[in-house]
Amino acid sequence: MTGYILKRLVSAIPVLLGISVIVFLIMAMIPGDPATAILGSYATPENVEKLNRDLGLDQGLVARYFIWLGNMLQGDFGRSFALNRPVLDEVLDRFGATLILAGTSFVLCSLLGIAAGVISAARQYGVADKAITFVVLLGISIPSFFLGMMMILVFAVQLRWFPVSGMWPIYGDRNLGVLLEHLAMPAFALSVVATGVIARLARSAMLEVLRQDFIRTARAKGVRERQVIWRHALRAAMVSIIPILGIQAGFVLSGAVYIEMVFQWPGVGRMLVDAILKRDILLVQGGVVFIAACYVIFNIMVDVAQALLDPRIKT
Amino acid sequence: MMAFFRLLARNRLALAGLVVIGIVVVLALITPLLPLADPDVTDTPNRFQPMFSAGALLGTDHLGRDLLSRLMWGTRLSLAMGFAAAVIAAVLGSAIGIIAGFYGGRTDNVIMRGVDMLMAFPYILLALAIVAALGPGLMNALIAVAAVNVPFFARNIRGITVGIAHKEFVDAARLAGMRNREIILAEVLPNVLPVIVIAMSTTVGWMILETAGLSFLGLGSQPPQADLGSMLGEARSALITNPHTSIVPGAMILVIVMGINLLGDGVRDALDPRLKSGALSRPMPATTVDRDGPAPAARTDSLLDIADLRTEFRVRNRVYKAVGGVDLHVEKGECLGIIGESGSGKSVTALSVMGLVASPPGVITGGAVHFDGQDLVGARYEVLRSLRGRRVAYIFQDPQATLHPLYKAGDQLIEAIRTHEDVSREAAHRRAISLLKSVRIPNAESRMESYPYEMSGGMRQRVGIAMALANDPDVIIADEPTTALDVTVQAQILSVLSDLRRERGLAIIFITHDFGVVGQLCDRVAVMYAGRIVEEGPTAAVLRSPQHPYTSRLIDCVPTLGGGQRRLAAIPGLPPVVDRLPHGCAFADRCDKAQAECRAGSIALAPTEPARKVRCLFPEVAKERSA
Repeated sequence: MTGYILKRLVSAIPVLLGISVIVFLIMAMIPGDPATAILGSYATPENVEKLNRDLGLDQGLVARYFIWLGNMLQGDFGRSFALNRPVLDEVLDRFGATLILAGTSFVLCSLLGIAAGVISAARQYGVADKAITFVVLLGISIPSFFLGMMMILVFAVQLRWFPVSGMWPIYGDRNLGVLLEHLAMPAFALSVVATGVIARLARSAMLEVLRQDFIRTARAKGVRERQVIWRHALRAAMVSIIPILGIQAGFVLSGAVYIEMVFQWPGVGRMLVDAILKRDILLVQGGVVFIAACYVIFNIMVDVAQALLDPRIKT
Repeated sequence: MMAFFRLLARNRLALAGLVVIGIVVVLALITPLLPLADPDVTDTPNRFQPMFSAGALLGTDHLGRDLLSRLMWGTRLSLAMGFAAAVIAAVLGSAIGIIAGFYGGRTDNVIMRGVDMLMAFPYILLALAIVAALGPGLMNALIAVAAVNVPFFARNIRGITVGIAHKEFVDAARLAGMRNREIILAEVLPNVLPVIVIAMSTTVGWMILETAGLSFLGLGSQPPQADLGSMLGEARSALITNPHTSIVPGAMILVIVMGINLLGDGVRDALDPRLKSGALSRPMPATTVDRDGPAPAARTDSLLDIADLRTEFRVRNRVYKAVGGVDLHVEKGECLGIIGESGSGKSVTALSVMGLVASPPGVITGGAVHFDGQDLVGARYEVLRSLRGRRVAYIFQDPQATLHPLYKAGDQLIEAIRTHEDVSREAAHRRAISLLKSVRIPNAESRMESYPYEMSGGMRQRVGIAMALANDPDVIIADEPTTALDVTVQAQILSVLSDLRRERGLAIIFITHDFGVVGQLCDRVAVMYAGRIVEEGPTAAVLRSPQHPYTSRLIDCVPTLGGGQRRLAAIPGLPPVVDRLPHGCAFADRCDKAQAECRAGSIALAPTEPARKVRCLFPEVAKERSA
């Protein structure tokens, strides 16, 4: 297994390089003089010239890429002109909040989605199946940012169950209870679409598996139906559900942008939107590369989980 | 195409989606013609007018602009953006996909690597990066959303194109001297077009959501122009004081996307052939029982007595009578063979005993199965379950498919033991090893840790047999356990079964299509044809002098060692389809002795010699066979 993990880590290197090339090329599309774009139109000529030298902007595209890549590998993602601090520091500060939000959502959507899909499949065409199918359809059709706003109206303003927004109260203690209170609505709103997608796929994967011969074998052995569904069938269905979990993790991680805006959550997503609006190019660039790299690493974890689950995968 | 629309129309939800989308699109198209207020004229004294106020049906927003008018124009813009993004993504993505799939080789490799890289990004993040580079704005958001969806189309269409690029008609076009570009346009494109359209119809909802999302963040349409997303974004600051300004555009997005999703699901379902055949329904824990009369009494006091069993498959409006009134019994320690061609109903008979016929579509419509004095047809599920594996166990045909692929052989055995007996895992583990030894598996201890895919077919079937033996059952029903195995392995498995039967006094129902196997193992044999028993009797007697013409033909199918001179006689014709059984003898059409009477009415299974029965008006006369 260690060998397999190493192999997957090595195979991630070209993907990471590819990601850096794509981000670099996108940023190279910026119209006009990049240094002016980065520093803003009030920059002094000296500063523009210094930045041009630092980023190698006076050189060719290829040389510029390698300078940028080299800097990043040394942990230098550049400096945010709007915040006047290193990009990496800012991203790392913000990333924790995003990770808490997206991570909670991911756990929520995985558990809820799989449970809903399994129940739906086990009760195919029954009342539970129809109800779940309808809720799922509603879930994948509602924009998460709209859902978040409506939740604020109902649960924060009307019912006063949860705070309206933010991650921590402005005054007062910062403990787990307070965090969970603030986290509940955004995490749920962020998980809804992914829950729907996972539930749909889990349902069809389960239906596929339940028709297999080994399910009949389990039943012929006299295994209890609950075990047939939740052990025999789900275990086999997980093989096709896990890759979907990986894809949905990407949706949750990047969809956090909307939720962070709605709930004033101090994460990377809101940082990115602010940076885009302020044309803080280096901050955007660094933030995007950082998140994309995290996602690649996460996908390796998904592959490893898959290999642990399915002994037929050559490790 | 018409059938497709009919199918779509039958799906009421999809139709509802179509209607909703139709209305929204029509309204969006005629918006400029409607007598609406100018959506961009501000009137700050009249800001935040509530819904249903005079002159503003849906109220006004934070600048006093008419919400209804803004909603209509915003919907128009959102639909146009989503649709445009879908078209751009589809055109670019499909072009890339077709080129990669058609040319293959290095071109394909390079392109698909690039596509994989793009797909390695969390989706919205890439769109944000593009907007960051190009700057916020309607067109830039459109480009960003289209760009992030290009890989989706490229990958799907490439897959389809690869399949087409190697078809005969493409080769023919190439031989005819057509250039690649001509082939792509004339042969490939028309074939992938339907797939492109379907992919578009299922993604346009996403595109609308994403463009609205970017606008919501302030990165899409810029004031005063507004799509639904930016309306929602602008209303956010007044969410608590004036929620209606948020609810109006948000609800519209929900309605549009839900309509599109309903329609998209309908299209997908209409195109999926598996749904039509009902193949996607999952079998229930026990076969449905729908007996139209009282349960018949047991005819014998055997261990297992099947009386007038009827099982049918109900697929759409057709009924396949797989088992049409079967009487069978098996004594303690006896081996009964059931033989017939595929589709004769032998497996369904066997599976009906413990309610294991897949249901839907299977239904037991009549008869009884008495086991140990209790009727199993219509028994409560919990009763059936406690008997399954404990008193009546099954061995199935293809051990590759019948063992769980992801559990170790040992764990599957231990589960079989612990399902019915409250023993510790260690005790069950020891028992499992001795079970593996009893079916002559070498290195039983290490085999416990093997996964089914690590074993040979014969080994897997031994595990299957060991699992059936786990709870020392009274009856084992073996449904073609040797059919998937090669001949030497088959012989080993048969000898294992035969020894076990002698040692443990097991009753075995052995289902096969091979008289050779029956001859080795079974005391009695029942021959099935078209869901009914046509002949029954002691194996030796039936083999020596078959009385039903069908039996006689089946026996002729068995090649004998050193009997090279005799021609192997396949039976001409096919068994009848069991949803249109003929009157009278079902075999009449394939029988060279058939008379008019044979087709006149139903024929009884009549006793001939002691312990022998045949369902034929003109049984074969006893003749000593040379075989």
